[in-house]
Amino acid sequence: MTKPKVAFYWCASCGGCEEAVVDLDEDLLAATSLVDVVFWPVALDFKREDVEALEDGELVASFINGAVRTSEQEEMVALLRRKSQAVVAFGSCAVLGGIPGLANLYDREAILSTVYREAPSLEVPATTFPMKQTRVDEGELSLPTLWSSVCTLDDVIDVDYYLPGCAPPPRLIWAALSALVEGRLPEKGAVLAPDVALCSECPLSATKPEKLSVSRFRRPHEFLADPELCLLAQGLVCLGPATRAGCEAVCIAGNMPCTGCMGPTTRVTDYGAKALSGIASLLAADDDADITARTAEIVDPVGTFYRYSLPASLLRQRVGETVGNGAIK
Amino acid sequence: MPDTAGLVKLPEEMAAALATDDTAKQPFAPTIVAFFCTWCTYTAADMAGLSRMAYSPAIRVVRLMCSGRLDPQFVVAAFRHGADGVLIGGCHPGDCHYQEGNYKALRRVALLRSLLGQLGIEPQRLRLEWISASEGEKVQRVCNEMAEQLRELGPLRLGSQGLQAEQVQNGHQEYLSIDTHDPVEATTP
Repeated sequence: MTKPKVAFYWCASCGGCEEAVVDLDEDLLAATSLVDVVFWPVALDFKREDVEALEDGELVASFINGAVRTSEQEEMVALLRRKSQAVVAFGSCAVLGGIPGLANLYDREAILSTVYREAPSLEVPATTFPMKQTRVDEGELSLPTLWSSVCTLDDVIDVDYYLPGCAPPPRLIWAALSALVEGRLPEKGAVLAPDVALCSECPLSATKPEKLSVSRFRRPHEFLADPELCLLAQGLVCLGPATRAGCEAVCIAGNMPCTGCMGPTTRVTDYGAKALSGIASLLAADDDADITARTAEIVDPVGTFYRYSLPASLLRQRVGETVGNGAIK
Repeated sequence: MPDTAGLVKLPEEMAAALATDDTAKQPFAPTIVAFFCTWCTYTAADMAGLSRMAYSPAIRVVRLMCSGRLDPQFVVAAFRHGADGVLIGGCHPGDCHYQEGNYKALRRVALLRSLLGQLGIEPQRLRLEWISASEGEKVQRVCNEMAEQLRELGPLRLGSQGLQAEQVQNGHQEYLSIDTHDPVEATTP
C-alpha cells in the first residue's frame, strides 16, 4: 500500500518552521514511515514540475509556512491548494502574517528604496535595483511581482487548518500530522492548538498575584528578571494572558516574556488590540502625566502587540496619510 | 481565521448607518462612532436631546455600561467599518459607577493612541472625554468640535481597502509590479 503523500512549502519565512519539522527528533522517523514527503524545497530535490505532475487532490496535506507577498508565492500556493485535500497554514507567518507582516508599516517603495538605495552596507553609489525584466547575455530574466503588502495564507487560498507558532511546537506538529494521516480530521477552519490562554500552562502562573498591578513597564534587557515570579508582575510585557496556549511556555522557561506568536484564541478577533487592552489596564498609574510616561515605556506598540499579526489585524497596514480634504500625500 | 471572523461587530443598525454613508459626497461629512457610558455621558446626551440642543449629525452613539467596557477592538472595528473618528465618553475621574472603569479606559486609550499613531491614524481621530450626566452642553460642544476637526482633517483612508481576500482571489488586486519604479541603472552581478 502506498503511503499518503504530503508536501512542505515555504513562502516569506525564515526557515524556522522547517527546523521545527526536524525538531520532531525520533518522531521524524515515525513520520516518514507514515507519509511520503513528495515536495519540500528546503530539504528534498523535487521541483515544481513534480508537483504539477500529481493528480489534483493527490496530496493528503500541504503544510505551507510563510506569509505571501510575491506572485511566485501565490502561484505555488495555488498549485499546492489544487493538489491537496487539506492545506495547513503552518506557523505564525502563514496564519497571521508573522514578523514579515510588520513590513505593512511601510509602503513597498520605501522598503525597496531602503534596501537597494539607502542601506549603509551598500556600495556607493548603489547601482543594482531589482527589475521585473532584466536582459543578460543569456537572454531575458524576469522576477516575480512584489505585492504592495504582506498577506496571510488565507488571504490568498482556501485554508483548512491553522497551526500557529513561531515556530509551531513539535508536539503540535506531530499531533496534526498523525490526525491528518489517520483521517481524524478536525472541523474545517480549526486551529490545531488548545483554545485557552498561555497562562493556563505557564509554570509561573501560580505566582501571578490575585490583582496584577504594574507601576512601570520594563524591557528584558533592562534587568535580570526573577525566573520564579510571574513576569507580568515584574513589569515585563508578557502577552501570555492574550495568547493561545500550546507552546508549553518555552519562552517563559527561558526567562523571556511571551511575545504572542501563537496568536489569539477563538474569542478574539484582533489580537493586538486585545493584548494592548489587557496590558494597559494593568497600569497602576491614574493621572494623565503618569499614564503618558508609563505608556511611553512601550516604545514600539505595533511591534509589541502586532508582532506576529499585523496582516491579520482589522487595520492590516499603515493607512495612507491624509492631507486636507482627503487627498493622499 | 474564518472561525473568529466577525466576532467584533458594531451593532447592525450602526453598520447599516455607516454603509449608507456616501463617501463621495461633497463636502466631506465625517462619521464619528461614539461609545458613551450609560451612567454619565449617555445620560448627558439624552439630556442634550431633551433640551433640544442641536449637535453634529456625524455622531453615531453606541451605549456601553461603562467606558471601562470599551474593548480597543471596538475602536479598530469602527475604523475598519468606515468611521473617521471615535469618541469615548465616560464619567469624570472618581465618579465611575464601577469605581475605576474610567481609569481603565484612560490607560487603554493612551496606549491605543500611540499604537494607532504608528499605523498612521492621527491622534484627533480618537478622543476621550469625561462628561457627567448633567453636562448636556459638553456633549454638544465636544461632538461639534470633533466633527469640525475631522472635517478639516478629511476622511480616514484605510490603505487596505483594496485588499479584501475575495479581491485577491479574483485577481483584480491593485498590486503594481516593481518595474513601475524609476530604477537607477540596473546591473547584473
